[in-house]
Order: sequence, then C-alpha cells, then structure tokens
Amino acid sequence: MLQGFKRHPYIPNSEPSVEAAMLKELGLSSLEDLHAEVPEEIKLKENMNLPPAFASEMDLKKHLISLLRKNAHCEDNLNFLGAGCWQHYVPAVCDEINGRGEFLTAYGGESYNDFGRFQTLFEYESLVAELVDMEVVNVPTFDWSQAAATALRMAGRINGRKRLLVPATLDPQKLMVFKNYCQPRHQVEQVAYLASSGLMDIAALRSKLGQDVAAVYFENPSYLGFVETQAEEIAALAHEAGAEVVVGVDPISLGVLAPPVSYGADIVCGELQPLGMHMNYGGGQAGFIATSDDPKYVMEYPSRLFGICPTAVPGEYGFGDVAYDRTSFGHHRHEAKEYVGTQAALWGITAGVYLALMGPDGMREVGQAIMQNANFAAQLLNKIPGVNANRFGGAFFKEFIVDFCGTGKTVREINQALLGEGIFGGLDLSGSFPELGQSALYCVTEVHSREDLLRLSAAISRIAG
Amino acid sequence: MKKIDRSNKVRTGFHQAKWDEPVIFELSQAGERGVLVPQADPEVQECAGDVLAGLPPALIRKTPPALPEISQPRVLRHYARLSQQTLGADVNMEIGQGTCTVKYSPKINDQLARLPGMAEMHPLQDESTAQGILEIFHATDLYMREISGMDRFSFQPGGGSQAILAMASIAFAYFSSLGEADKRDEIITTIYSHPSDAAAPHVKGYKIIYLHPDKDGYPDLEAFKDAVSERTAGFFVANPEDTGVYNKRVLEFTKLVHEHGGLTGYDQANVNGLLGVTRAKEAGFDMCFFNLHKSFSTPHGCGGPAVGAVGVLKHLERFIPGPLIDFDGEKYCFNYGFADTEFGIGKVRTFYGAAPVVLKTYAWIRSMGPDGLYQVAKTSVLNNNYMFKKLMELDVVDAPYIPGKQRVEQVRYTLEKLFEQTGVSTADVQRRMMDFGMHYWQSHHPYYIPEPMTLEPTETPSKEDIDEYIATLKYIFEEAKADPEHVKSAPHSSVCHQLDESGMDDPEKWAITWRTYLKKYK
Repeated sequence: MLQGFKRHPYIPNSEPSVEAAMLKELGLSSLEDLHAEVPEEIKLKENMNLPPAFASEMDLKKHLISLLRKNAHCEDNLNFLGAGCWQHYVPAVCDEINGRGEFLTAYGGESYNDFGRFQTLFEYESLVAELVDMEVVNVPTFDWSQAAATALRMAGRINGRKRLLVPATLDPQKLMVFKNYCQPRHQVEQVAYLASSGLMDIAALRSKLGQDVAAVYFENPSYLGFVETQAEEIAALAHEAGAEVVVGVDPISLGVLAPPVSYGADIVCGELQPLGMHMNYGGGQAGFIATSDDPKYVMEYPSRLFGICPTAVPGEYGFGDVAYDRTSFGHHRHEAKEYVGTQAALWGITAGVYLALMGPDGMREVGQAIMQNANFAAQLLNKIPGVNANRFGGAFFKEFIVDFCGTGKTVREINQALLGEGIFGGLDLSGSFPELGQSALYCVTEVHSREDLLRLSAAISRIAG
Repeated sequence: MKKIDRSNKVRTGFHQAKWDEPVIFELSQAGERGVLVPQADPEVQECAGDVLAGLPPALIRKTPPALPEISQPRVLRHYARLSQQTLGADVNMEIGQGTCTVKYSPKINDQLARLPGMAEMHPLQDESTAQGILEIFHATDLYMREISGMDRFSFQPGGGSQAILAMASIAFAYFSSLGEADKRDEIITTIYSHPSDAAAPHVKGYKIIYLHPDKDGYPDLEAFKDAVSERTAGFFVANPEDTGVYNKRVLEFTKLVHEHGGLTGYDQANVNGLLGVTRAKEAGFDMCFFNLHKSFSTPHGCGGPAVGAVGVLKHLERFIPGPLIDFDGEKYCFNYGFADTEFGIGKVRTFYGAAPVVLKTYAWIRSMGPDGLYQVAKTSVLNNNYMFKKLMELDVVDAPYIPGKQRVEQVRYTLEKLFEQTGVSTADVQRRMMDFGMHYWQSHHPYYIPEPMTLEPTETPSKEDIDEYIATLKYIFEEAKADPEHVKSAPHSSVCHQLDESGMDDPEKWAITWRTYLKKYK
C-alpha cells in the first residue's frame, strides 16, 4: 500500500484538508487518481525500500553530525595534499556572500529578476580577465579538467586539426577527462618530459609537432609543481606549426608569476578553487577559460558569456548574454558549440569576491608567502638523510616532489606513520609516476606556519631519517 | 483609524531592491585593502631568500593585475546589495521555472554541509579518514538505486548536461567494447527533451536524430519505427517531456530500441513528479540520471555547483565514471576498477563530484523517507494540475496536446491567443511578472509551441501561493487588454528597465569584461 507523508514541513499542501480541497477541485477523490497517464504496469505498488524519515530536524542533524565525526579534516590535522585541490585561506566574506540565500537559491532567471547574478558574474569575468591579462572570460565550467578539455576542442574548431599534444606530467585524472571528452574526434598524445627536470622534452615536442596538431597544452605551475620555464619556446614552436597554445594555470600564482598570454598563450584555463573555495572533498572545483576578444575565439566558447549593455533608461547598467546562439541553449541545439548547462556559477561569484578583497597587493603577497613557505619546507626536508625534496631541482610554486627512495621506506609507510601524528603527507606518486620511485607530491601554502613545517620535518625525520 | 484593506491578492506595491550599484572596478580607491594576507614568518622569509630569483624573467609578473583596491566593508556591501537584486528561491515563489524544479532547499542541510567535517576535507585524504563522507556517498548510491531500479550510480557529473555527456560516453564505450562503435553512430532524442540530450552526445561524435511529437504530443511512434535501426547507439529522452505530457507508450519505445541492439538513456531531470510512483528500470531504460540540485532539493547556486547522478544497469557498470565507492562489510573504500577496463570511460570530472551536494541530497532523503518522496511526487503533480485547471479557464491561455488529461509536474502553455488579441507577447508578460516579485521561464529554443510559458510549481508552494501566482497572471492578462503598452514596456519595478541588447551579437560592440567595455566605449 502506498503511503504519503502528511503535514510534512517542506510540503505545505500535504496538509490533509488542503490536499482534499485541491483534489476535489480536480474532480478526484484521492492521490491515487493522479498519474492517470502512467501505465499501471510500470507503477510501483508499494512504497520504496528506503529508511524512514527522521522524526525531527534535530534528529537529522544529530545523525549527520555523527557521520561527519567519522571524517578527519584539515583544520584538525596538518595537511600537505594538493594535486588539483589545495588548502588556501578562505576570507570570511567569501563564505558570507556565497551563503546568502538570494545567490544560493537563484537559478535560471532573467536579467530583471536575477540582476545581481548577472552583474556579479560579469564582474567575476572582468576580475579574472585582469588577473590573466586577457579580454574575455567565461561563466565558469565544472573544473579545470573540463575548462582545459573545452579549450582544446575550441582550438580544434578554430584550425580544423585533430591532434592534441599534452605533457606527460599531466594529472592522470585530467588525462582521462581529456580523452573521454575529446575522443573520437581528437587524438590526445603525451609529450615526454626530461627525467632530470620534469620540463617538457623539446626534442620530443618537435618530433610530434606538425600541420595536423590542433593545440599544444601545458601548465604553469605543472601538476608536479615545477614551473615550466621553457614556456616561451614551447609556445613559439607550437605557433610555428600553426597550432594553438593552450596554457593551464593556477590563478593564485598570478600575483607573482607571469600571465601565460605574456609568453604566447592563445587560450588560458585553470582552476578557480584556490580563489575562495573550501576544498569540500573536491566539491569546490570550478574551471575558467580566457581568450582575446577576437570573435575567432569568442564564438567558439560553449559557455554563457555575460556582457554589459545599456537599458531604456539613460545612466542605468544592464547585463545580458553575449552571442547566445553560440550555446546549445540557442536556436542551433546540437549544432551549437559543445553544450552548456548547470556548472559552477556560485564558485565564480565567490572567486570574484576573493579577487575584489585581495586586490593587486593581496595577490602579490599571497603568491610570495606561498613560495617562501614552500621553499622553506623543501629546505627543511632536504636536511633529512635520504630525503630529496624538490627532486627536479628547478623553480616551483607551491608543490614539489619529495623523493624518499634514499630512506628505504615507501611513501605508503611514511604516510601511514604521519597519519598517526595527525599529518596528511603528500600524494603518493609511486602508482601514477612509477619512474619517480618512492616519491610524493607535497603542497605548502600560505596556511602553513613555520611551526607547522618544523613539525612536518621533525615527524619525517623520526619516521624516515 | 480603520482596518487596513489587504484583500488584494496581487502585490501591486512590490518594488525590487534597486541600488544603482556601480561596477566593482568603480569602487576602487588606491591603497584600500579588503583582507590582510598571512605573511611568511621572518625566519622563513630569510631562509627562502628571493624566491623569484630562480625563474627566467619571462615567467615573472612585471605589472600587477589591475584589480580594484577596496576595503572590506565596501566589498561586503557591494555584494550584499547585488544579492538583494537577485530573486533566489528563498525570497521568490518559484512556480515559474519550468523544467528546473526549483523547490525549497532546507537550511539545515546547508548548515551541515558547511561544517569542517565536510568543507575542510581534501579529496585525496586516506580512506580511513573519510569514512563519514564515503558512507554518505555509498548510502546515497543505494537510495538512488532503489528510486530508479538501476544497479549502480556515479556522482561525478557536475550537472544534468554532464550526466548526458556521461551517458553518451557510456554508450560509446559499450559499443566500442562490442566492436560496433563505428557502425552505431546515431542518437535519437525528441524535440521536447532538453537540448543537451542532443548537444552532449554530439560532442561524442554522434549524429542526432530528432523525433517530433504526434498530434497528441507523444513522441511519434511511427516516425520512431523508421528512425530506429542497427545504427542506433541510443535513445535519450525525457518522460514526461517539457510539455508535462507523459509518454504512456514508453515501453514500446524502449523495447524497440533494444530489439535493434541500442541503449536507452532516461533524462530524469523531470523526475520530481514520479518519485516513488514509477522508475527508470520498469520503463525499460538501461541508464538514467537525476539532477540532485533539482529533484533532490540542493540549492541551484545561480547555476551550480550541482550533481547529475548517473545510474546504470549491471551490464553497463564497468563503463561508468569512477572511482565508485564500495563497502566491504567493515569499511568504505574506493573502487578504481573502471580504470582497468580497456573501454571504461574513466572520468568526466576531477575527483568524485560535488560532495556537499551529495551530502545535502542524503540529508534531504533522510528527512523525507519513502512516504515523503511519494508525497513530493503526488503534491507536485496535484499542484501542477490544480494550476493547470485554473489557468486553462482563462480565455488567453492554452496548452497544446491531450486536452482534459492530466499532466505530470509541469505544463508548457501558450499565450498565443493573448498575443493575437492584444499584441502582448509572452516575453512581455514574463517581464511584467517581475514587477510583482515573480518570474517564469518561456521555453528552450526554438519555440515549437508559440508564445510559450513553462510553469512547474513543485511541491513547495502552498495553495495560497499558487492562487496568488494565478491571480497575478490574470491581473497582467487584464492589463494587456486594457493597457497593452504598459505590459510591453515592463518591467517598471525591477532593478533595471528593458535592456538594449542590440550590441550583444556584434563583436565591435559586445563587452564581456570591464576592460573591453572601457576600451570600446571611451
């Protein structure tokens, strides 16, 4: 027998007398009379086999808190994991704004009822545009992987070519996303890296480049932390071959590191999570794409692009969609550019708030503090016998490889021991990059104090030294 | 003093917040700071030295980014004002966002998702430190299986459209594993399914075949018989479609696809009216997806973060994006098996999906129970059909197809008669609704139904709310007859007046960022 839930606090019209009056209005006598168009043979005859509702909001809260207590988190522990999701300080105003119900619960309204949504996202585009020193930025997509995959397909549409070259040091997760999103139209090929430095092997790049290469993609800083110092040369070689240069970037580095457009990037993309989003177990991700204002690029975006415009009243700002028919929401459906839909708009608004709070000085200072802390951490770890921190030896931003081969211990063993001391050690790379032996990717940011870093090095000394 | 008359149901006194707020760059005052950034310890700074010294000059930023410099209270006030100029579902009766299922998002769930045990978790933490969130993922997977009849769910897709991309990718992987990927290159969908049911499979290289409705608004079965063939990789469809018409011959469609060896994918963005009533499996689908930010109450966030939970039957399990989460009887752990299969699609997103959205979904299901989910379906359908009956009594409103029969959770109406009588279009009425703190959505493009208006009340509004919404529409329809210009020139009480969008398609005129605006308009 199917049962409803009367007087549920989220369902005003589950109140029986109202429900009965509305049914009567329709000439029906019970809820069973609804769904008359659904064939009986596919209707459920019993309520679903799900746990009963909690008796009160308080009971629900207690239950959820008991579940969340089974998690250890990075406020109570000392975290050195990065690899695509990073612990940075989130200014209180970021949480305040993205927690406001007006933004939190808005969706697909028009410029008139959702004016603030349109203006904040236009401002977000404009603020990121200053950070990357480019003219056009999209309303955010799901994450960096998707932003990069779309950037690569944009490149493929621009020049009609098929092959996509990406570095062998790419995040393996991202490579899977690229392959799934770009194949079968495109082939994704990895360019080897130099074992000594991690940098792209220029000879290998030359041998792969040709008139059929749509784009060359690389990142700064790279997935493995180092700065790709050959950026200008890679971009020049790609351009010589007629390929587009797509560069992925960690935006929190751009107060100190050069914006990729300055060394030849045509399309820039990256991850917004460092700009004001909590890690959220990977749920704080959002991706951006940036280009010049040339319609050759602009018309290839699949994303919403919000622009500023006048209104019927002089002196009034308005905001709306630019070139809407590019998108699959427009008149061309599948013949539009890829597809658009719900993605990660609230994180775009938040990234805008972050950049507005930080300003130019804040972005420079946070970049400096990150590099200083990370550099100090590598120095400390390098003093431990058998530990080789910053294995590649070159410049890095906030992540670096710590090679434990000389300790005779595996990363797994070391991380298990660190966990016992309330420390989340760096990501074990021995599975995804076996050629690096027992190496881990450590992430150090502005959240780490000197004491935190001394604690880490003391723990590793005890465990591995 | 006498009693103040409040008998008028229509909010004629409404005016939306209008702050005339500058664009944020205009607030900049050189030297102001919004937040102080943690500095490295002096000893750390000294040891680290000049950290940029090791970089080639080309990799060092020469000119600071031209970000505004604004003190914290001014940043806060700016964004707080812009939030007031946004009619989210917390303040607006969301009856009009058809296909979007904008229902009440419980506050307790948002509060829980902000606790450090959720917000401060790194996705690569050791499994042993993430047992709570993994349990939530796993339990939600089990609930989704029961709600759909599917055998396994992935929460990776970040929205419904990415879930459709995942379904197309699963189809591609499945036929690759059978050596049929080259031969099966077509996806069939309908014009009243979401445009992404066509657009996302096209990204995977599929040819798209659109099915038009028959005279009753059902997908045309005869045309379908002609369309299905050995080239059919999949049939991706919503049911009910955007019209709110439920295709009662759905089993014939799914059976036909299977007879030709194709796969069936159910776009369940419109599932709100079907929870606990009927399921994807019984309707003959091999895979489906749910929008957790729609039917399962998590807030829409101006358009994400979100989850399009994609579920499959057993024979497709090895193609689903991963990792999946298993329970071995003692602990929860990741299952990376997908990565080992030659044809698995791997991933559509970094990490595992928007975990806070999964948490809020879990909390919502636990606050509803099976009887609550059934009540959601029944009340949302009751609300819709109540509003449908009341609106169809108006002489300017119509809704094509199956007259006198029930719709599911939404209806696509036409205001063609109003337009013919008064010259007032649905776009005009839509803008005028905003003068009363309300909104509705017209339709996806192209408009197969003229002058469309798509309404979906969900289970959230009360009868009084629905009556007020209807009364407001009626008020505008009367106004359209008496004073059409007033409706055509709306909005009058919104944040801004009618946009001049004449430059939005012109590369010389469009301005997508503040810097291009300043460059083009000196």
